[in-house]
Amino acid sequence: MKPTEILFYALTAITLLSASFVVTARNPIHSVLALIMTFFCLSGHYILLNAQFLAAVNIIVYAGAIMVLFLFVIMFLNLKTDDEESKTTMTKLAAVVVGGVLLVVMVAVLRVGTMATYNPSSYSAKVGLVENLGIVLYKDYLLPFELASILLLVAMVGAVMLGRREPGDRHY
Amino acid sequence: MNLTELIIKGILILVLFGVTLLIAMYSTWAERKVAGFIQIRFGPNRAGPGGIFQPLADAGKMFFKEDFIPSQANKWLFILGPCLAILTALMSSAVIPFGESIRYEDLVIPVQGIEINIGILYVFGVVSLGVYGLMVGGWASNNKFSLLGAIRAASQNISYEIGFGLSIIAILMMTGSLSIRAIVEQQHGFAWNLFNQPLGFIIFLTCAFAECNRTPFDLPECETELVGGYHTEYSSMKLGFYLFAEYINMFVSSAIISSLYFGGYNYPGMDWVRETLTGSLGAATGHNLTTLIGTLVLFGKIFFFIFFFMWVRWTLPRFRYDQLMNLGWKTFIPLSILNVVVTGFGLLYDVKYASWAIVIVMVILAMVSSARAPKPAVQPQRS
Repeated sequence: MKPTEILFYALTAITLLSASFVVTARNPIHSVLALIMTFFCLSGHYILLNAQFLAAVNIIVYAGAIMVLFLFVIMFLNLKTDDEESKTTMTKLAAVVVGGVLLVVMVAVLRVGTMATYNPSSYSAKVGLVENLGIVLYKDYLLPFELASILLLVAMVGAVMLGRREPGDRHY
Repeated sequence: MNLTELIIKGILILVLFGVTLLIAMYSTWAERKVAGFIQIRFGPNRAGPGGIFQPLADAGKMFFKEDFIPSQANKWLFILGPCLAILTALMSSAVIPFGESIRYEDLVIPVQGIEINIGILYVFGVVSLGVYGLMVGGWASNNKFSLLGAIRAASQNISYEIGFGLSIIAILMMTGSLSIRAIVEQQHGFAWNLFNQPLGFIIFLTCAFAECNRTPFDLPECETELVGGYHTEYSSMKLGFYLFAEYINMFVSSAIISSLYFGGYNYPGMDWVRETLTGSLGAATGHNLTTLIGTLVLFGKIFFFIFFFMWVRWTLPRFRYDQLMNLGWKTFIPLSILNVVVTGFGLLYDVKYASWAIVIVMVILAMVSSARAPKPAVQPQRS
């Protein structure tokens, strides 16, 4: 086996293990930490694909910012004692239905979709580096890129509106 | 990569690593000496001449104290906290160019851990992970003060990371590269970024203070409100790791400030030095000596910024928490966005010093507002 293959299999094994620990862990904090580990391994996969920019952004945005907020909220909620209210039959049933639908969608995508092939002789290994990514984003996909940024702006304004303290609200 | 190159690179990385640790170690001594100087007292002066062995004595004490883990604490996470803090602190210096390159026979080896074309993003990624050390440690202590300290640390770091990231975008626009080496090489001689980006520098410096949890932003370990903050329950070398990580972060942020805004290993007259040295000592030796001088210059700048960190710590009082958040969200983020826009206009119309316009306007506004503010009434002195 080549070194990259060994790396790939090791990374994949760690990714799957930590991802399954996310759903099986009893303690929510352990679960969040395992999720961070999973994001790390995904960044490792990006680096193996020579997409350094994506790897760094994945760590900064997901592992660095979003998961910190997750951890933050879970620490505030203090879920140490098993909360019986959130484990009624209805919630369990709903969780099973949602998970099952997601599984069906993913299986369907895998069955229908075809993998794009590439030509090893003409393939440039630099396709994932930041210069090429920027050129593609700002030349070929400029409109979707700008629309996505407007969507994010709208979401941010909405969040600020929801979180704003109204006159007469309780002051915490 | 052949064996000689590998050996030289390995030695280089080990030396850089060792120097990082040594500087962090002696920063603890220097901080107490600077505090002594500012408060007109001696500082440590018992262990060795001028207290020079004080860090060794501290380390010995740290190692031999009782390593206490609270009975209700989450044991593994309690141990993981300081490990994460020191790991992320040590990782971030890998991409900083400490010098030009070393020539050995016909090999040219850059004085840098690793050169990647996303250097500055790597630093940001590692810095944003640093907060997990504090959060995990603070939560696992099972202590309300620790938890509050951890939450303060997390919210402060997240808030200031935005200003931190936005303030360097102007530099990235001027350089056109994310690699720190490319940014440093563009400031050849005396063309330092400081002269083009004064506002960006101020924002970056302040955010670096906040990211390192240094005074005036050391709210996570505010003694008057939180006992000891996130490391209240820690003792022995675990506490040592937390404190040590802070000093390593200080060293790394000084190195990054000097590379991004103060030209890194560039200094005025470097071309003349290079010509003289290569002319009199031969190409390889002259080049290596020039690199050495550049590295020493960079370390001089780093030491100045470490001193600056300490100077501020013993001069300014701590902010209040709402002041900290207002400064981050309502001042620095709009200002850095404005800086990005103005720099963009400057690039479009080829005005290099566009960002000075904001500084001038801000200074004028500050002077006008302080002139218009009502004068405080003079209190008659009570006898």
